[in-house]
Amino acid sequence: MAAHAGTSPLSQRELIAEYFMEHRVQVLELAAFLDRLDRARELDAAGDFRLRSIREALAVLVDGGGDRVERVQMIFSDPRSELLEELDQKSAKGAYDPEA
Amino acid sequence: MEYIDLHAHMVSRTTDDYRAMAMSGCVAVTEPAFWAGYDRPGVEAFVDYFNRLTDFEPKRAAQYGIAHFTWMCLNPKEAEDRELTRRVLEVIPRYLDLPNVLGIGEIGLNRVTRNELAGFKDHVDLAMEHEQLIHIHTPHLEDKWKGTKAIVDTLAADARIEPHRVMVDHAEEHTVDMILDAGFWTGLTLYPVTKVSPARAVDILETRGPERICVAAACDWGESRPLAVPEFILEMRRRGHPDSLIRRVVYENPIEFLGQSPKFGVPDREHAAAV
Repeated sequence: MAAHAGTSPLSQRELIAEYFMEHRVQVLELAAFLDRLDRARELDAAGDFRLRSIREALAVLVDGGGDRVERVQMIFSDPRSELLEELDQKSAKGAYDPEA
Repeated sequence: MEYIDLHAHMVSRTTDDYRAMAMSGCVAVTEPAFWAGYDRPGVEAFVDYFNRLTDFEPKRAAQYGIAHFTWMCLNPKEAEDRELTRRVLEVIPRYLDLPNVLGIGEIGLNRVTRNELAGFKDHVDLAMEHEQLIHIHTPHLEDKWKGTKAIVDTLAADARIEPHRVMVDHAEEHTVDMILDAGFWTGLTLYPVTKVSPARAVDILETRGPERICVAAACDWGESRPLAVPEFILEMRRRGHPDSLIRRVVYENPIEFLGQSPKFGVPDREHAAAV
């Protein structure tokens, strides 16, 4: 039984009827982005931490487990607790880079 | 449906946005002090900003029947400069008794540095000294979990803190439980890319329930949606939720939290004087 089972007031059939189209397009957009990376002028980002985090997140989506969004959030997150000694950059990048 | 936008940076928005918000049911906004997108050159720039938040903005909002309230602080993105923080903290008390100032905010962390945490604690001390409500910014993106944990742990270790008088904002799926479990209020800020979509905000409401949760647009100078709360209302209706639950989240919950300040109120439409 998935966490929070039964908390959506809509049935699966109702959710699909209402929301299939807008999620269909999101899957296509992601597929197109990955294709775009494959046909880039230079293949120079195979180890990029952001691309790596997306690939890890995609694996979570199809592993059959629940709590997908929380697990994906933690893939993108800095898991450390210690404070930075000083400001290194003003803004976040969207994914944790363990080699930075 | 009438709603309160608990987090809107209206200094960055147009008067047309006030008009659109009023036409969509907004009756009150609260505007935390925040980063302008660039570092201010000194304390005088903060004084100018605070003057606008406490004088010009409430007048601009009132033209459309929206009550405007605000929060005072030096935001965490500028808190690395300890001397600037000290000087801004010196001028904040002169604003705390003004009629639209609800408390200290949005304080918090950005990259979770030692100086940011020191500035955060300085602001908490100021809030305690002046018996103010506190509104807290949690970091963006990969820094959110780490920063939210540091904030919650810091406040939990402070015996002066009454959690029901603190809003820990910008919660997402991986931080909402640690905030609620510690007894704080939390906010889901509805943003097109970097925070929570209306659909995911509804998911969090469905799985955690409506107690101590508010939603807000957090509209600012970046790409953002001043009508995000009406979008949330629409999404709640698509999911089959009754208006009584929606009203609790967008109107009654903000009143419960903000009403802890005697200055807060919404316009009295029922007893409007005919002219």
